[in-house]
Amino acid sequence: MKIHEYQAKDILRQYGVSVPRGVVCFSEHEVIAAVQQLGGSRWVVKAQIHAGGRGQGGGIGVANTIQEVSQFAGKFLGMKLVTHQTNADGQEVRQVLVEEGVQIAKEYYVGMVIDRSRQRIVLMASSEGGMEIEAVAVRSPEKIHKVWIDPGTGLTDGEIDNIARLICMPANALDQVRICLHGLYRAFVEKEAMLVELNPLVLTENKNLLALDAKINFDSNALFRHPEIVALRDLNEEDPAEVEASAFGLSYISLDGNIGCLVNGAGLAMATMDIIKLYGGLPANFLDVGGGASKEKVTEAFKLMLKNPDLKAILVNIFGGIMKCDVIAEGVVAAAREVHLNVPLVVRLEGTNVEIGKRILAESGLPVISAGNMAEAAAKAVAAAKGASCPF
Amino acid sequence: MSILINKDTKVITQGMTGKVGQFHTMHCKNYANGANCFVAGVTPGKSGQSYEGIPIFNTVVEARRETGASVSVIYVPPAHAAAAIDESVEAEMELVICITEGIPVHDMLRTRYKMQGKKTLLIGPNCPGLITPDEIKIGIMPGHIHRKGRIGVVSRSGTLTYEAVWQLTELGFGQSSCVGIGGDPINGMKHLDVMKLFNDDPETDAVVMVGEIGGSDEEECARWIKMNMQKPVVGFIAGITAPQGKRMGHAGAIISGGQGGAEAKLAVMEECGIHITRNPAEMGKMMKQVLKG
Repeated sequence: MKIHEYQAKDILRQYGVSVPRGVVCFSEHEVIAAVQQLGGSRWVVKAQIHAGGRGQGGGIGVANTIQEVSQFAGKFLGMKLVTHQTNADGQEVRQVLVEEGVQIAKEYYVGMVIDRSRQRIVLMASSEGGMEIEAVAVRSPEKIHKVWIDPGTGLTDGEIDNIARLICMPANALDQVRICLHGLYRAFVEKEAMLVELNPLVLTENKNLLALDAKINFDSNALFRHPEIVALRDLNEEDPAEVEASAFGLSYISLDGNIGCLVNGAGLAMATMDIIKLYGGLPANFLDVGGGASKEKVTEAFKLMLKNPDLKAILVNIFGGIMKCDVIAEGVVAAAREVHLNVPLVVRLEGTNVEIGKRILAESGLPVISAGNMAEAAAKAVAAAKGASCPF
Repeated sequence: MSILINKDTKVITQGMTGKVGQFHTMHCKNYANGANCFVAGVTPGKSGQSYEGIPIFNTVVEARRETGASVSVIYVPPAHAAAAIDESVEAEMELVICITEGIPVHDMLRTRYKMQGKKTLLIGPNCPGLITPDEIKIGIMPGHIHRKGRIGVVSRSGTLTYEAVWQLTELGFGQSSCVGIGGDPINGMKHLDVMKLFNDDPETDAVVMVGEIGGSDEEECARWIKMNMQKPVVGFIAGITAPQGKRMGHAGAIISGGQGGAEAKLAVMEECGIHITRNPAEMGKMMKQVLKG
């Protein structure tokens, strides 16, 4: 689960990580009060959306007067910000963060993620702050330093001092680095994060260490014991179809193509998307109905797919294990009747109770195009989406 | 022979009395030699009771002592599943298979840390389990799609594993053992660990390896195969069409920071001599071609 920058900074502040003073504003009107509260003579206005790349996308402004702050806020609020991480339409900005401006002496990168191979939390730091770490990793990997943290000891002072030296942090900043990284690690573990990034972490002209930007992603599987994190969820930032799907226990992701896929199991769902592409089509979505799909779930899945105006065909690919094919077939028939199916429907069933399932579909009178295996199903779906007759 | 489990394996089921545990325990017990294999269940506070004639104990230690079981399978809900693994590790079980999906990653980090230096092997979590056809099934896969034979199967997925198995069965290739290692980022045995066992198993002639986007386990396995594997391997990676930064169902199936993409995995696997197919409908067909030479 993702949160906004201002929310991430609020959390980190609780763990002793220094961040600039700032106020989140939802209207131009609030901005004036924010500036008066902050004082000073220089401010930064930052559009708050979940996607990264906001600076390059034109979502960050530096202001020297209260009028400029107001102008930036007016421009950002309500605009659709396009970055390399949003889609082409961009993401609507609904709040801005107004912060005190700081004089930057040097920028650094600090991040924490979970290293799958080593099964440890890894701290990454670099002297190359302020740019995408992926780009640094390609151009100069030797400038990214890592510490794999022992869960028994946690992050130690010695490890922190060492990595601080490696990224050329001045010795007189070491105390601040320790406070920052200990806080970061505690936040990562206690809040059950998957990723934390401070990019940049800066040293100011006044020798203060400040996280100018902050990003935290949380483990969705751990949210049941973090109501304080769930409360930070911003549904405006999520794809409405994906939000609706999750309410029904469906795992759904919108894609750019026109063939809807309804599959049981994440691996088979991905493989179904892949085979559609291989046969010359493009999948409209990833949709895993899970292991225990009911008639209702299948109906909801159909409704979701049919909301896509680009949809030209639906491919149902079910390998019944625990899930029985006859249950799925009944769900498909009920759904097709309820939602007034207006695109060709290709169904491939295999596994437990497959014969009963096929009979239910055949006897339903629905114009279901049945397929004997995955290849045939993909070929038929691609042909149907193109409005052509199928080679089989 | 087979790998990890056979008809003589004795199994404890943790979480046997829950709805999921009951359902799958019944199916496992009814498969092949299951009636002799599933010897105990563990549910705290239910010692002395039984389900389907299988006695229930309060703890894994107690169940192990009374039955001599060496393997445990876990259906405990996600919030308590890591603790269930810990209990089996402390009871010195040889193999733990965790079916549970949705365990918090930080729980698994702590559990894997505690497992360091212990002899217990872990399969999963978030996996279908494993099966040695016509001998024993431990997990949630449909038994009837399998045939006894000489092809090993190792996969991160559930239903995609069934797809691979079914293609083999339809073409007349039975399986020695099929292992679902699970779709979570922090798990127990990797492709590589299972591949080594298949390489050493005299009753396995070839292996189907099914992977998906995320992580670098498939690449690590491929590099080992290049240097050490004595048997042909057929490989498929799901997720060529998956977009960057989106979690595709499984907690571990995500391309992030440019890492874990399907094409990069396939390229390494091909370079290491694995017979790859980009068509998930042709895993069986590829195996047939390879074995015909």
